[in-house]
Amino acid sequence: MGKAGVMHRLGRSEAANGLALIAPPAIYACLLLAAPLGLLFLYSFLTDGYLTILWEFTFQNYIDAWTDPQVRQLMLRSLWVAMSVTLATVLLAFPVAYFVSFHLRPDRKSLWLFLITIPFWTSYLIRVFLWKVILDYGGVLNSFLLGIGIVDEPVRWFMNSPTAVVITLAHAYAPFAILPIFVALEKIDRSLLEAGQDLGESGLRTFWRVTLPLAMPGVVAAVLIVFIPTIGDYVTPQLVGGTEGRMVANLIYLQYMRLDNFPAGSAIAVSAMFMVTAISLIFIWLNRRFLKVGK
Amino acid sequence: MRAARLFKTYALAYLVFLYAPIILLPVFAFNDATIIAFPLKGITLKWFEAMFGNPTLALAVRNSLTIAVSASILATCLGIFTARAVTRYNFPAKGGIAGLIVLPLVLPEIIVAVSLLAVLLGLGINLSIWTVILGHVLICTPYTVAILNSAFASLDRSLEEAAIDLGEGRWSTFRLIILPLVAPGIVSSLLISFTISLDEFIIAFFLAGTQPTLPVYIFSQFRFPASVPVIMALGTILVVLSIILLTIAEYFRRRGIAKSGGKDTGGFL
Repeated sequence: MGKAGVMHRLGRSEAANGLALIAPPAIYACLLLAAPLGLLFLYSFLTDGYLTILWEFTFQNYIDAWTDPQVRQLMLRSLWVAMSVTLATVLLAFPVAYFVSFHLRPDRKSLWLFLITIPFWTSYLIRVFLWKVILDYGGVLNSFLLGIGIVDEPVRWFMNSPTAVVITLAHAYAPFAILPIFVALEKIDRSLLEAGQDLGESGLRTFWRVTLPLAMPGVVAAVLIVFIPTIGDYVTPQLVGGTEGRMVANLIYLQYMRLDNFPAGSAIAVSAMFMVTAISLIFIWLNRRFLKVGK
Repeated sequence: MRAARLFKTYALAYLVFLYAPIILLPVFAFNDATIIAFPLKGITLKWFEAMFGNPTLALAVRNSLTIAVSASILATCLGIFTARAVTRYNFPAKGGIAGLIVLPLVLPEIIVAVSLLAVLLGLGINLSIWTVILGHVLICTPYTVAILNSAFASLDRSLEEAAIDLGEGRWSTFRLIILPLVAPGIVSSLLISFTISLDEFIIAFFLAGTQPTLPVYIFSQFRFPASVPVIMALGTILVVLSIILLTIAEYFRRRGIAKSGGKDTGGFL
């Protein structure tokens, strides 16, 4: 069979049509995402010569990153902050998603979702800066607390602390937590809940035994979609974190842009990604186990 | 019902938390004082005047608009390819390929930024607004795929088959039947990626070289307390603009769903 014949047959097959169609975005993602990530990984094993990169294979960057107490402290703090943000965001968001899904008329739901997403689309930088205005020593929150006499002098730890980072990020990622939980709650068949109640379960027990397990896929999605990006956030620790709130992204920036040490920066970036992936996988695994036991 | 009222109070309190920073924005934009703090000193328009007479800001706006327009068009094109392929065809490694394309959605942006920087510098490419466009297309595409997937998924395949049976070719079927039906999704995808690109900071910060984009300019101004009120004025305008853009995008998204007879599940994400 000639080449033209093969091409003709391929042109008709569904798989070939699909692959041809998805080729442009796939090639783009390979060239500008997969290849750069591969290079980042490669750099992390090379040696830094001042302003150049020497092709000498080494584990030194990882040894440095994992033994330097400052780097380790930053990594652990980033993890701890990201976990706190995730916990705070998901716990605060769940009742809102529940309210929108279960207590609102269907025609009002879109409006509420729209209201929830608007702040997310307004300038991220300016929103973070406004939290600085709110939380600062002479800021809005302290003026308010002084004004109504709850505190005698301004509270210092609102600002330039991991707390400030957690509050600001919990605000920034709110819609990311609400929307997946809302979608999962919407899918729940309402007659299951009625059945639970008809069989004599209390409202709270129905929630615990029916609603929550069915909403878990949404909660898992919310946890992952908040946890993974927050660990690499640069702007919030830089603007409101102070020296005590520095996170791993600030360190990567320092290594790459100020010290020009690409291998060290890459090793830190790869380590951070590895930790995030490991924790996410453990979380997914635990969740599966938990749900199986529930059944 | 007591529980219902409790939930409503909580949800309203949560909305206050969500909007608290944004409400402060116009307050300080019109406040006649350099220091961003209470008590307020009186009303002024001078921060808005200062904003319009600033050449660096004008340059940053122009750069950002160039980037946002190019990135949103390119990302939407890639999104159309992806969404059409995923919703219409079955092919090997479908999940893997689609997963790679939407991966930036769950990757910390700083990782995308440094890995692109490493490649671009390694290839000896000079950093400019063009390198920012490359990065923005990458992070906007997952959002366009999400929006366009729902537009393409609600298409009725029999319409397409009818057109082919009536003698139309593959391309003219796409142009005459499918494109008009998904047009609202395309508009919505363009607007959303435009908004994302306009607001994106980290990638622009790493890849813009010496050419500032709007967020990079804003970030640089935070170091000078005297220029912060101007940024508040700028922020007010940006918020108003993005609310207008989002309202239009939401209108088109809903019209798109209504047009193809789907059910509204709400939200962009």
